[in-house]
Amino acid sequence: MMDLRARQDRCRRPAAPHAHGMRPHPADASTGDGAPSGAPGDTPLALETRGLAVGHASRALVSDVDLAVRPGELLVLVGPNGSGKTTMLRTIAGQLKALGGSIMLFGRALDTIPGTERARTMAALFTDRHKTDLITCQDIVEAGRHPYTGSLGVLSPEDRRCVREAMEATGTWGLRDRDAAHVSDGQRQRVLIARALCQEPKLLVLDEPTSYLDIHSQIGMLQLLRNRARERRMAVVASLHDIGMALRAADRIACIHGGRVIFQGAPDAALSTEMVSRLYGVEPASYDPVSGSVELARPAGEPQVFVIAGGGTGTSTFRALQRRGIPFAAGVLYPGDIDGQLAARLAATAIFAADFEPVGPEAVDRAKEALLACRAVVCLRSSFGAMDARNAELLEAARAAGIPVCGDIGQLDGLA
Amino acid sequence: MTAHRPCLDHSAADPAPEGQRERPRPLDDFPASSRSARSGRMPARRLRALAVWAALGCALAILLVAGICIGSVGATPAEVLDSILSGPDGTTLSQIVWQIRLPRVLASAILGGALSLSGFLLQTFFNNPIADPFVLGISSGARLAVALAMIVLLGARQVLTPWGSVAAALAGSLATMGAALVLARRVRTQSMLIIAGIMVGYVCSAATNFLIAFADDQDIVNLQSWSQGSFSGSSWSDLGVATAAIVAVSIVVFALSKPLGAYQLGEAFAHSVGVDVRRLRVLIVLVSSLLSATVTAFAGPISFVGIAAPHLARLAVGSSRPLLVMPACFLAGSVFCCGCDLLARTLFSPVELSVSAVTAVFGAPVVIALMLRRKGYR
Repeated sequence: MMDLRARQDRCRRPAAPHAHGMRPHPADASTGDGAPSGAPGDTPLALETRGLAVGHASRALVSDVDLAVRPGELLVLVGPNGSGKTTMLRTIAGQLKALGGSIMLFGRALDTIPGTERARTMAALFTDRHKTDLITCQDIVEAGRHPYTGSLGVLSPEDRRCVREAMEATGTWGLRDRDAAHVSDGQRQRVLIARALCQEPKLLVLDEPTSYLDIHSQIGMLQLLRNRARERRMAVVASLHDIGMALRAADRIACIHGGRVIFQGAPDAALSTEMVSRLYGVEPASYDPVSGSVELARPAGEPQVFVIAGGGTGTSTFRALQRRGIPFAAGVLYPGDIDGQLAARLAATAIFAADFEPVGPEAVDRAKEALLACRAVVCLRSSFGAMDARNAELLEAARAAGIPVCGDIGQLDGLA
Repeated sequence: MTAHRPCLDHSAADPAPEGQRERPRPLDDFPASSRSARSGRMPARRLRALAVWAALGCALAILLVAGICIGSVGATPAEVLDSILSGPDGTTLSQIVWQIRLPRVLASAILGGALSLSGFLLQTFFNNPIADPFVLGISSGARLAVALAMIVLLGARQVLTPWGSVAAALAGSLATMGAALVLARRVRTQSMLIIAGIMVGYVCSAATNFLIAFADDQDIVNLQSWSQGSFSGSSWSDLGVATAAIVAVSIVVFALSKPLGAYQLGEAFAHSVGVDVRRLRVLIVLVSSLLSATVTAFAGPISFVGIAAPHLARLAVGSSRPLLVMPACFLAGSVFCCGCDLLARTLFSPVELSVSAVTAVFGAPVVIALMLRRKGYR
């Protein structure tokens, strides 16, 4: 983990523009993070940008962008709102003029490729919502065959098969006769993704593809993209707001912040606690790099309730106390345990023992100290195991000091 | 990048029936509704469009015959047919048919179709169902340019040729279209665009009225009826020029149906599927201006046809696909104008109403209905 990050940190370039050749380009590095097999240079890169500067009018929003996406690879852009992800994608899709640098699509400069040929190579989907009238969902998907149809746009049986296949893959075949203005946003998003897929792109550019989608559809959509990437060597460049999804779906992640790509590399390195707190300004302690999720802030103040938990018995209680704004202490827990992980993010004080070691007297003493400062104890364990048997001493200490002990958080209200 | 067209579906060659076809990793399953169970949708929709075209064609034929028969001098369809088949001769009926009624009904049909097509293009262009040459002030701009050209040429003892008036109208159309585009870029909201267009239209109308007020008596007679919008006085030479221009432009418009279909889904969308959006936008502006300019040059500004006819055509066809809708649009405009012109000259005969008065009576309610429906959507 550490050596991986050290290696990829070389990609973090100093803010020195026009220094080509001086810095390593991701296309030059022979990294293999999730990239498909085959020597680089064997097949042309699906997308390569060098020194790309993007922005509206003449003001650069993001500059010095060096990206390299191989066929079959899924690159995800993450970054805070307004960091320029969409602008970057629009520039890559050819909808905005690059302010500097170059964009190569399968080894050819983007601006030299004629429109129809570009559309057969690259499809792009943005979050614009265009009002339509009397246009069915199937009409929209059929428009994806535009680069393949003749001058009047009449579909061949083969085009129809592609349309149907794309609609079935996105679960929208049942919507085909519905007016696109009268389906839900999530359904429409899936129709639009079906359009992009039926264009049979070798590079798919997606801005927030999971927006409007329910969790099942989000997972389905990312799984669909992964399958296409693997089976058809389709390259994908997408922006995602959900870093948890990015962590799960991406081969590589590019972090955009302050007008630069500050990091590019494997998902776990790109979405490390340090990087996420730098990107989004979230409290490092509240971020879980394993799931890519962020907890709400822990309640401020001295702990009022002591929770005895472990093995997943405490998670709902920890969250309930957080929602009520009651600062709490928890112990003695194991840091690798799910309760330990959550307590580290939500508890005002958390007392830990070393993983896989018996709870020792020293940890119990610290826990007792914290417990005696609380006005109530919630014990969620009906019995203790061989390793944390000493947690029973906490219960005894509470009873001896006359601190009320209850079995679940609902009883706390009666105590107050 | 290759020219061949690979299909996504590896099992595409397998002609499995609908129920047995394997669904490759669907995101979720939709209950098989009666809608989704229905197959053969495309032919059904095409059939519907064909039926609409045929119905509109029949209606147009009936209106054309009625337009020739009905008037201060009545005639039976048989007499009219006889007169048309035998060619122009010296009889009164023949003169009425050949000199007055035939060119007039044909002009109303062709110009009405052009107006409707122009409205359809502008609605697609602005993504606004109530855009049309009249509302956006384009007709008024064209009228002002034609009036100016007429008066200047009359002052120089010249007569404005049909092509000359089309050219003047086109210049006026493009100028007001340019103004509308500049406004559209600045205001961004659709309702403001319409209001701005109406304002531009009023300014142009005021200027035209000013010109008419100061023109010589002789010119006023011509200008007055034309500037109200009328198909009366259509001559064969006018009709020839109008037909040539409109047929040529209509062919271009039908050839644009494929990129127009993509453009209906948004500019970014059209770009993504390979449409040269800038070129398409320029073409739409040019052809829609040419169509409305031709109409204005020969019949003056005619209100609401450009909104009502395309909307009714879309509703009848049940789709917005340009390939299916545009022929219906043209025919609907023809029927609409033909019918309105017939009413305009027969309703209070011998007093003749301006066509715009009649088209407004039938067209304005459609516009109001459209605005109400739009509101309900949001």
